Amino acid sequence: MTFSRLLAALGAGLLSIINLPVGAATPALTVYTYASFVSDWGPGPLIEPAFEARCGCDLKFVGVEDGAALLGRLKLEGSRSSADVILGLDTSLVAEAQQTGLLEPHDLDLGAVEFALSWSDPVFIPYDFGYFGFVYDSESLQNPPTSLWELVNDTQGPKIIIQDPRTSTPGLGLLLWVRKIFGDDDTKAWTSLSPRIVTVTKGWSEAYGLFLEGEAPMVLSYTTSPAYHRHVEKTDRYRVAMFEEGHYQQVEVAARLAHSAQPELAKDFLRFLLSDEVQTILPTSNWMLPAVRTGEALPKAFRDDELPRKTLGFEPAEVSAERKRWIKRWLTALVQ
Amino acid sequence: MNTRSLRGLWPGLIAALLLTVLIAGSLAAVGVASRPLSVALTLFDPYFFEVIRFTVWQAALSTLISVALAIPVARAYARRPVFAGRTILITLMGLPVVMPVIVAVFGIVAVYGRAGLLNAVLQPAGLAVPFELYGLTGILLAHTFFNLPLAVRLLLPAWEQITTENWRTAGTLGMSSKQLFRFVEWPAISAFLPGVIVIVFLLCFTSFAVVLTLGGGPSATTIEVAIYQALRFEFDPGQAAVLALAQLLLCTCIAVLLIRWLRVLTPTPGRKRDPRARPDAPMRLGKILDSVAIILCSLFVFAPIAALVSAGLRGPVVSVILDAGLWQAAARSLGIAVTATSVSAAMAFGLATTARSLMLERKQHRAKELTLLIGSLTLAVPPMVIGTGLFLIALRISLVGSVTLLMIALVNAVMVLPYLLRSITPVLISSGQQYQKLCAQLGLAGWQRFRRIDWPMIRRPAAFALALGGALSFGDMGVAALFDTTGHITLPVMLYHRMSAYRFDEAAVTALVLVLMCVTLFWILDRSLSRCPS
Repeated sequence: MTFSRLLAALGAGLLSIINLPVGAATPALTVYTYASFVSDWGPGPLIEPAFEARCGCDLKFVGVEDGAALLGRLKLEGSRSSADVILGLDTSLVAEAQQTGLLEPHDLDLGAVEFALSWSDPVFIPYDFGYFGFVYDSESLQNPPTSLWELVNDTQGPKIIIQDPRTSTPGLGLLLWVRKIFGDDDTKAWTSLSPRIVTVTKGWSEAYGLFLEGEAPMVLSYTTSPAYHRHVEKTDRYRVAMFEEGHYQQVEVAARLAHSAQPELAKDFLRFLLSDEVQTILPTSNWMLPAVRTGEALPKAFRDDELPRKTLGFEPAEVSAERKRWIKRWLTALVQ
Repeated sequence: MNTRSLRGLWPGLIAALLLTVLIAGSLAAVGVASRPLSVALTLFDPYFFEVIRFTVWQAALSTLISVALAIPVARAYARRPVFAGRTILITLMGLPVVMPVIVAVFGIVAVYGRAGLLNAVLQPAGLAVPFELYGLTGILLAHTFFNLPLAVRLLLPAWEQITTENWRTAGTLGMSSKQLFRFVEWPAISAFLPGVIVIVFLLCFTSFAVVLTLGGGPSATTIEVAIYQALRFEFDPGQAAVLALAQLLLCTCIAVLLIRWLRVLTPTPGRKRDPRARPDAPMRLGKILDSVAIILCSLFVFAPIAALVSAGLRGPVVSVILDAGLWQAAARSLGIAVTATSVSAAMAFGLATTARSLMLERKQHRAKELTLLIGSLTLAVPPMVIGTGLFLIALRISLVGSVTLLMIALVNAVMVLPYLLRSITPVLISSGQQYQKLCAQLGLAGWQRFRRIDWPMIRRPAAFALALGGALSFGDMGVAALFDTTGHITLPVMLYHRMSAYRFDEAAVTALVLVLMCVTLFWILDRSLSRCPS
């Protein structure tokens, strides 16, 4: 390699990674969301052309790592943010998002919308929801636990992989779930469960990947995970253990930003999220349950017996106030 | 200060300025957003001390194991300069450290995990893997996987420093293999050892994804993990900045102590070097031991990679490879790799020439060590903090959307600087010692001197570092995940997207493609640059 060729390579490399903004004639709506929503396999690429066709605007998705990173990004940017809509916060984050003062009431009349979950919030609108659950491999586990109590207290129970509540939303979900069932006995519950925790990962992907590799027969995921395997991979091998106490609910929400230059477009987009068009896309692209009852039934892969008998949850304000303290208790219990 | 007094210093000054702007600027940008209360809370939290204790402990153990094992392996390679496959084996040794960590972790799990290869082989015999992968064992295993081959490659040049005369003298004295090591090889190795130990220690100290995946639980938490948590979940940039500074200070102290404590011996100068001259090469026991060392090390390094390849081949290879998006992502990753490596090489060259000028013209003999130390310590700056800082700066000048990939490249440039600096600096200084007068007589300076004198000398030693830097930034996931790469994702981000969308089979294929491309890039850079034109 000669020296001049080396220089040419440098120039080419530099050019290839800078993309200058292109001037747009149509109004643009910028939506901040989490990466998997806009990846090639998520709902983003389906929603974008559908909304653009009806609004005559340019819908621009900006994807950041995950829901927690999304709120972090919003806080970092503050009023400089170019976001008009933020999409993908979950129930454990909404209180903190509201405290930023960057969000504005959605201002939509949702009286006619038939929600599949109980919801009334002036700022956030829910677009889909799901429940945390333990997914198991039916080939290596025949008798999964039937309650969280059994999972925690059966010393002969299956080994599990979970996520860290300090870095992942399912991890935080389990922490809240345990807190909900065991209350102040949460430390005892975690100590009892601890020997059967194979590992605690940073995020969902690592945990689920290790589970599929056979590192543990059970993993913390969502009750809708088996639907993916049935729908796409046509296998019934992976199932979810339904717990008697009920399952902790995760609601994913969207809101618009106060300083947006496109308040009307932002409102249109929020309303569009609740339309049948989007709601029927979500189950098989985001693998969550639609927040609105649509005329259409869910795809066959989603089974009724995988819907929890009881829905569990904390008020967002309580999560926001107690999260740090509860995580500390979790740490103490597992570090012992 | 007039221009004359700055002569010979400006390349380093520019590089040092750029580095300071990147590191101090980003730290400051993150720190500005801090709340004083949270800073105080961080420093007096007993949990924080526990985190520091664990970080130092696992890094020390990992370094000890990696480097201690690397010495016999490197010696085996040095003692057997010619055998079939040697070049390929040595080139591939550069692979683990450039692989995206999460990909490598899955390779390790596929071999040592509960359902892994090792257990599959042992089970029919009624045995099982005799250790629990998740916990300190897993962390040490993974760190050894990354750093043992790196240490071997970094140590191997030590043997090239031993002169033929030394081997002959030792042969005449009838030295045993053990004595050769003690009196001939050890002085040469010990000149390289402090640098290698510092690099490996810093890499293990700042380890993040390995600890979070294989650590088994929250008792395995490194400072880097705490920084991620502070930035990502507590939305507390101030705390992250404090933790980052604490990490940087701690690493500086440890690095300085290590370098002072490890006394550097100067090997005998001389020209002719021929490893075949060593007297113990034909011994049978030595041959057996060397074969065992090379085979065991190869098995250890290549088994997880082979597992990844086989997992990839079982996936939907055709559909993933025919996806145009994959190639666009690969092209972007290549752009990042080329830019990061070039920026880093320019910085390394600037710092190294200035160190040379300080040493030879101004008789500042500590300049070399200082340069290398500064270069190594960039490893102790969390990429996440630099990334966030750069993001905040770009936000202020409203450039966020258009320079995302450039920011990723810059963070990567800082990350690969230590390798380049370490490989270029000693050679440039010795080139200066040889040609300083000649250059002055001929009036060769600046660009002409670089092209005609320095470049031909540094290209061989720099090849490995450039290849490493290129492949490392090609496969980087940690930094890329920080920024919005919607619409222009890199290959590692694509891999992560597939995992987040349950597409683990496609992710396995993407990982295979990524690893193959890393090897190819590494191979091309390493080979083409180190091949001498004449």
